[in-house]
Amino acid sequence: MDKKLETIIPALHENFNTNYEEFRGEVHVFVTAKNIISVLTLLRDKYDFELLSAMTAVDYWPQLSPRFHVIYQLTSLAKNLSLQLRVPLENGDPHIPTATRVYEVANWRERELRDMFGIIPDGHPDLRILLLPEGWEDKHPLRRDFPLGYEEVQFTFNFDEIDLRKPYAKE
Amino acid sequence: MAQLEEVSIDQFKHLVSERAITGETMLLNMGPQHPSTHGVLRLLLELDGETIVNAIPDIGYLHTGIEKNMEAKTYLKAEVMSDRLDYMNNLGNNLVYCMAVEKLVDLDVPERALGLRVILTELERINSHLVWVGTFGLDLAAMSMFLYAFREREMILDIKELISGQRMMTTYFRPGGVWRDVPIEFEAAVRNFIKLFPKRIDEYEALLTKNPLFLDRLLGIGKLTPEVALQHGVTGPMLRASGVNWDLRKVRPYMGYDQYDFNVPVRTEGDTYARYIVRIEEMRESLKIVEQALNKLPLGPVRSDNRKFVPPPRSELGVSMEALIHHFKLWTEGFPAPDASVYQAVESPRGELGVLLAGDGGAKPRRCHWRTPSFDNLSVLPKIVKGHLVADLVAILASVDIVLGDIDR
Repeated sequence: MDKKLETIIPALHENFNTNYEEFRGEVHVFVTAKNIISVLTLLRDKYDFELLSAMTAVDYWPQLSPRFHVIYQLTSLAKNLSLQLRVPLENGDPHIPTATRVYEVANWRERELRDMFGIIPDGHPDLRILLLPEGWEDKHPLRRDFPLGYEEVQFTFNFDEIDLRKPYAKE
Repeated sequence: MAQLEEVSIDQFKHLVSERAITGETMLLNMGPQHPSTHGVLRLLLELDGETIVNAIPDIGYLHTGIEKNMEAKTYLKAEVMSDRLDYMNNLGNNLVYCMAVEKLVDLDVPERALGLRVILTELERINSHLVWVGTFGLDLAAMSMFLYAFREREMILDIKELISGQRMMTTYFRPGGVWRDVPIEFEAAVRNFIKLFPKRIDEYEALLTKNPLFLDRLLGIGKLTPEVALQHGVTGPMLRASGVNWDLRKVRPYMGYDQYDFNVPVRTEGDTYARYIVRIEEMRESLKIVEQALNKLPLGPVRSDNRKFVPPPRSELGVSMEALIHHFKLWTEGFPAPDASVYQAVESPRGELGVLLAGDGGAKPRRCHWRTPSFDNLSVLPKIVKGHLVADLVAILASVDIVLGDIDR
């Protein structure tokens, strides 16, 4: 772990009861959804993490509890530090509070999360569909239980049977 | 799939001003087929006469599901998807993906491969900036700039063709090194480029840098303050043109960038002209790195000999049973990676290019998220175009240097 993180991690643990993991020199701090906005604000204002480099989620399906990790990759330019926050979310109806008031870059990133994972950012100012087509139904392609999609192979013996349910334009 | 929806102004009520509701200002669509949107970007503009009141970017026209597709492929095979993300920086995408895989499975890369990677990614940076300066000129009615820039770009594409047989989607870098060693003509081709290119940059500058028409279109247009830039996650030349000295090659040296002597161009104005100057200077600095890396390029292997992750060379297959087994296992089953996740970032021509790679213990990634710089750089556009004319929007959008394949993924 970076020397400069050694003061930050205990401070987070003391205030928000967070734990952390380390892998290949990266530090991942686990925060609850309830606390995430206070943690982000504290890190930005007190510890100079000016940049939210990346924000995304990982789906751990078939594990359901927790099913998702929402990831905030923070960068401090002043101290040349990186820190990753992770918010575990349960299966069902995942919600996180929006971070747009702390980092404006979260605006589009959270819209992307809603599109791709169905994780709803509560209090988001502009929750329209971002990357998927307009009027996309309530399906979330980056969830692990969403099929990749393929075309069924037709052979002579089952050509007509598959042709009936094939999704292409018919007269 | 739902039928086409009727769009009403109610959808955008919170994004446009009161005057758009009453009909005092005009809402106008720009794109997705507009030539100066650099791909398929749609902008919904609220105009008061010719002045922009609000701009609402609409992206997703080029969404190809690359992140999802990568989850269905082994680590080796998923790499070919990475070229297709940012099609101006193919080798840079390969690089960050390979570095993420190497970090995840803890794999070493030989010295010569590192040197080759540095030379080629810096050439790729020049390539990307050349396309940028060409289209930037084109958008500002300096048509000849486009032709000159593409003439030099051709030389870089020829070098890429020389090493890999492909001009754009090379997939030349592989986890553990590079695909195979460069041919004997490589050094001469790169030296020829190094000799020729500085004069060519001077030519571009003679055409543009002090051209009064060019200056009129750029000076003071699209000002971006460092605070707004950081709030919106803007990185790369755009951030450096706003006075923030942040280049991952300097502050967190990877691949031995600390051994090379180069400067990071920084300007404080934050306008469109500053972004132009920063990119022009970056081309000169990249050329310096290429020359140094070529001078000290060591001899030796170009791929790690860890056979659990790197396929053996073709020549061993006929004589070694182990090599045959490894070859077969790696190309059918792939190698397993730990159930953990890493985040690797590099400085791409557009900014911080990051990969969040999560393994699941098997041979395919659980998640491969691309933190692409164009995505965040574009999100600041509505802030910096307010109050400018529609013609300025074209200049500002060009100066952001977006690649739609990078945004929509």
